[in-house]
Amino acid sequence: MEESNKNSSKSERLEVLKTYKMYIDGKFPRTESARYYQPMVNGLSLGNVCLASRKDVRNAVVAARSAQAAWARRTAYNRAQILYRIGEMLEGRSQQFLDELVRQGVDKETAEKQVAESIDRLIYYAGWCDKYQQLFSSVNPVASSHFNFSTLEPVGVVFTVASRTCPLLGLVSLIAPVIASGNTCVVLASETCPLSAITFAEVLATSDVPGGVVNILTGRIEELTEHFSRHLDVNAIACDRLDSEVNTKIKEFAAENIKRVKTYHQDWSTDAAASPYFIQDFCEVKTTWHPIEQITESGASY
Amino acid sequence: MTRKNSKWDLSPAPEGTGHISLKEHYGVFINGEFQTPDHGNRFQSINPATGEVLAEITESSSQEVEQAVAAARAAYDGEWSKMGGRERGKYLYRLARMVQERSREFAVIESLDGGKPIRESRDVDVPLAAAHLFYYAGWADKLNYAFPNRIPRAIGVAGQVIPWNFPLLMAAWKIAPALATGNTVVLKPAETTSLTALKLAELIQEAGFPPGVVNIVTGHGDVGAAIVNHEDVDKVAFTGSTEVGKLIQKSIAGTNKRCTLELGGKAANIVFDDAAIDQAVEGIVNGIYFNQGHVCCAGSRLFVQESIHDELIEKLKHRMGTLIVGDPLDKNTDVGAINSQQQLSTIEQYIEVGKQEGAEFYQTDCDLPSDGFWCRPTLFTDVAQSNRIAQEEIFGPVLAVQTFRTVAEVIKKANNTPYGLSAGVWTDKGSKIFNMTSQMKAGVVWANTYNLFDPTSPFGGFKESGFGREGGLHGLSAYLDF
Repeated sequence: MEESNKNSSKSERLEVLKTYKMYIDGKFPRTESARYYQPMVNGLSLGNVCLASRKDVRNAVVAARSAQAAWARRTAYNRAQILYRIGEMLEGRSQQFLDELVRQGVDKETAEKQVAESIDRLIYYAGWCDKYQQLFSSVNPVASSHFNFSTLEPVGVVFTVASRTCPLLGLVSLIAPVIASGNTCVVLASETCPLSAITFAEVLATSDVPGGVVNILTGRIEELTEHFSRHLDVNAIACDRLDSEVNTKIKEFAAENIKRVKTYHQDWSTDAAASPYFIQDFCEVKTTWHPIEQITESGASY
Repeated sequence: MTRKNSKWDLSPAPEGTGHISLKEHYGVFINGEFQTPDHGNRFQSINPATGEVLAEITESSSQEVEQAVAAARAAYDGEWSKMGGRERGKYLYRLARMVQERSREFAVIESLDGGKPIRESRDVDVPLAAAHLFYYAGWADKLNYAFPNRIPRAIGVAGQVIPWNFPLLMAAWKIAPALATGNTVVLKPAETTSLTALKLAELIQEAGFPPGVVNIVTGHGDVGAAIVNHEDVDKVAFTGSTEVGKLIQKSIAGTNKRCTLELGGKAANIVFDDAAIDQAVEGIVNGIYFNQGHVCCAGSRLFVQESIHDELIEKLKHRMGTLIVGDPLDKNTDVGAINSQQQLSTIEQYIEVGKQEGAEFYQTDCDLPSDGFWCRPTLFTDVAQSNRIAQEEIFGPVLAVQTFRTVAEVIKKANNTPYGLSAGVWTDKGSKIFNMTSQMKAGVVWANTYNLFDPTSPFGGFKESGFGREGGLHGLSAYLDF
């Protein structure tokens, strides 16, 4: 850069800094609280990042709830294509994610791997959208004249506390399985490395993901724990290895409306960090009984 | 002639009690033996239909819980977790067979102790309990086929707390999958209905299970809490009220215990104008008056499409008038005794609340026995969505009726509850059935039927009705680590 500037006859160009905002209901608002924090990496500030408030959590949950039924009603094929599309968009912007990971203190080689793996993970879960149902559903041979079957349905709105240390791959690895089945989510980005999450929101915004399906907040877990884990319109919480005190607090508050809490201690770079069981973790089993008329004892014959 | 208030003139047909054997006092079942603790604390288990004392039950102390968990741990670390699945399964098969062999005894004791009609304990509770044991017995050596690309392994010691509405059946629902997957068990039956669980312990002993694989401690809520919070319990399974479920979820928040909760419900039973009305009436009756309404998945909110409301309610009242309320041991009885004085008071309070809130009250005028705890089949019409009887679980024979005009309206009303255990839909139109069943936020949905259960059929709730499933392949994962 410096070299090329020297050679150029033009005056040095001033870099345009990016404003990191949150992502709620398909839009990029600043926090309603107008507060900010400055995550530091190696003594350098990453910039002014929104410090989400209780009201932001509530707004995001409202957006997620409003979007949920329509997202779940989409065909599995359509959700698959949209997840694939997220992967496509991420691929096209991989350089930006690479640069940002490095800025957030990830070494270049690891960053390259993580960006590639994040793209592949989206493609992986895109493929599951129209397959997990067949894997986890059942027709149950009840001892009466009924057609009885169990299928999976999305649990609803999932609050997702993303990995602190794996800002892109950890984020993608939880969002993808959560939304694959028709859930919507509110994600709290890594407090120390929030840039990847915000830039990922830009990918989502250009990937045919309906507004409100994924909402991304930045801020402090300690400040927001009570607000999301007591929120009565959140059905489930996905946590990535928080310290045990915060975890306990989340689980205690979650009991107020029997939220399902899943805590992961995954190294997201391994193969074991991706499976349809992550989709199943945020689904409910619904069993349906339907009578079968018995007119004749002879049964069908060929 | 109107048969509305006429009595079916049936001779009494009581099931005999001569062939059952009950001890005067039951100790706790720990490490394969019945033990009577030195502290001597006991409480009485009564017949809710007569008030007569059936037996004295041990009020366990923390000492017995301690011993039971230690026995379960020793059994887990010892023989049970190392035993092959095929052998484990054979123990469960044996137990299932023994329950079948002694089904009459179990049915009579269940009706004596809990107040439910013998027709239900004989035809539902006991056969389903045996079927559940038989079903999971077969899974024990097939677990590797159940979870593709995963290696299942047992969790350890399961602490299980069960309710009083289906005492033996709930014990089987808890014990069967736990043992099939290689865990060991500490189970606490509800204080008003401990007897069939203790009789089951006798069978477990007789079947020759290794000591400590199943341990049964009796007592009140604090005993259940001691089990749930015991640090050497790895897995908690609870069936009961949402209120207690929340306490449990909170109390184990700081641990790594696995947990499944099967909690309360306030199910919507929805009847469209194109339904077969007489069948729907049968389903409504079965939905709310089965087991005196002591059913977490009871169809306690009836939604009737406006155009058939009057006709349906008239038929329903007529059908209610034919229900025989009385001696649980009589084979003609449809509605038995309320399980306890405490539960009767709760139900009566809700009936008062319903009247005060302005809903229209209707009750059949059948005679009730002079002793024991009884409630006539009860109906409230003109119920508002905001009424407490439409929102809170009553756990008694009280039906709250609302009306609706459109599909969209009834979906909204039916789902507008923190609960999500079950739902019912009555219509002649297939596509409407599947629209409704897919829109209901409930774990079990019955279409043109109600209150059916099967060991192969996963059961459990959405939302505040709990999490995890019991029954079927899906019921296995609650007892496995991967």
